Amino acid sequence: MHEADLIIIGAGPAGMAAAHTAAGTGLSVLLLDEQQRAGGQIYRDIERSSKTRGELLGKDYIAGLDLANGLNHKLISHIRGATVWQIEDARLVTFTVNGKATQATGKRLLIATGALERPMPVPGWTLPGVMTAGAAQILLKQSGIVCQRAVLVGTGPLLYLIAAQMVRAGSPPLALVETQTYNNRAFAMRHVIGALRGLRYFVKGLGLLAEIRRAGIKRYTGAADICIEGHNRAETVHFTSRGREHRIEAANILLHHGVVPNTQVTHSIGVIHYWNEQQRCFIPRRDDWGRTNLHDVFVAGDGSGIGGAKSAELSGRLAALEIACDLDAIGNGDRDLQATPLRTALSGEMAVRPFIDRAYPPFEGSLLPADSTIICRCEEVTAGDIRRHAKLGCLGPNQTKAFSRSGMGPCQGRFCGLTVTELLAQANHSTQEETGYYRIRPPLKPVSLGELATLADTETKEAAK
Amino acid sequence: MKTDSEFCLIDETSHRVTVRFEGQELNLREGENLAAELLAMGVAPFRRTPVSGAPRNPFCMMGACFDCLVEIDGATRQACMVEVTENMEITMPSVNENSDA
Repeated sequence: MHEADLIIIGAGPAGMAAAHTAAGTGLSVLLLDEQQRAGGQIYRDIERSSKTRGELLGKDYIAGLDLANGLNHKLISHIRGATVWQIEDARLVTFTVNGKATQATGKRLLIATGALERPMPVPGWTLPGVMTAGAAQILLKQSGIVCQRAVLVGTGPLLYLIAAQMVRAGSPPLALVETQTYNNRAFAMRHVIGALRGLRYFVKGLGLLAEIRRAGIKRYTGAADICIEGHNRAETVHFTSRGREHRIEAANILLHHGVVPNTQVTHSIGVIHYWNEQQRCFIPRRDDWGRTNLHDVFVAGDGSGIGGAKSAELSGRLAALEIACDLDAIGNGDRDLQATPLRTALSGEMAVRPFIDRAYPPFEGSLLPADSTIICRCEEVTAGDIRRHAKLGCLGPNQTKAFSRSGMGPCQGRFCGLTVTELLAQANHSTQEETGYYRIRPPLKPVSLGELATLADTETKEAAK
Repeated sequence: MKTDSEFCLIDETSHRVTVRFEGQELNLREGENLAAELLAMGVAPFRRTPVSGAPRNPFCMMGACFDCLVEIDGATRQACMVEVTENMEITMPSVNENSDA
């Protein structure tokens, strides 16, 4: 049994920053992360890759190295390859490392589990050769592998970053198929003045677009009716753009229309979530320190609402300060003094979000897919199936499980949950908030009987002491 | 290396070891992400779905989607959460022919 003042789940920017700040106040920290190396997805494998691929990935990526180095602190215990699968009473955390299950207790829990790619169901999205754009970027960051003959499909600044990185890696994408429209941009312009506080992001975005243009990559905007076809693997992507039909032959189709909080852990322990209409996802309810309705449980980073890596780092530090204050490691005055510059920086970071959210809204054709489109990848349930369940009286996502097994495969609804909520809300003329989300239960990831047996073994040994 | 891969390596970082996927010998970079290495070798599909037998390959590369499930030395694992070690025996997860789905 491990013990710590603070248990943090997730070693991305929020978790790494929180660990460093908390340890700095004298708290003992147990940092659990599923990956073998710190960084989360945004700084994936930063300690190894910044040396060899740093130039290609850009200086915003290299910035993560300081956070990873900050984990070298005698009060921080970072357990690598730790898969958390159950949390009880907000303080008892069960996880598996190398096939062995073990447990930890903490006085406070910080959930920093980051974001997932927003599911982008389109016809053919289950074919080999179709991945999330984030997956392609992970291949590049962690393994130095670049997708060839690729088409980026969807919307958002991440597509530009990945396209530019692929150009630098010598394998530019064939095309960018973007779903946002001129109307989206016109609407977003109302928020441009406020967003100018995030000028750095505009400069970066324009730089990336210039790189894409110089590389001669074709951009299609206002894309709709997106469909991927192929025999046994993706071969072509079809779409319409400004009234014309297009068809591109490609080997890799990379999908992205924003990221959403990964709420598996928070949902599983009874944290209250609310529906964010702008970002079209559920977000844990929290105060401005990150404290949830469960007194001892905090959330930080993209898992507490999408804000990006810098915001995640700042929100992680804020949560750590409040936790340190809770546990009498620092006083209220010290907490507030240290928090003030963090809050100023956070508000600057968030200033650009209203513009981005409106300029690059999720693709409507994937929020409410056509009947024949698979929405639950694991159990191969279609959007039409869910609509039929609604007609038969199915009111909530949990009932769809009984009707069709949607959300009951190994991914446990991570890639269909939001779509099911949207489809049921529309079919039942209800709101997404009223419709709700799947009930998430432990184990959060599949656990083998062998792992459970090691847990019993550990408990027996400890009881015998 | 197979020539039908739709991926290319931009740097060679570690030495290669032999593993087997469905009986076929592959030389993968030791200690690297298994799903990435199999993709780079042109492996497709990684598995077939229990519902319809449809082919699947990695989709999210971050341990969330479970589309990269393979059997490694008899245990079902997410290939994207495993590092390459020598002599790994990798197969597609067995699909129950009598599935009630």
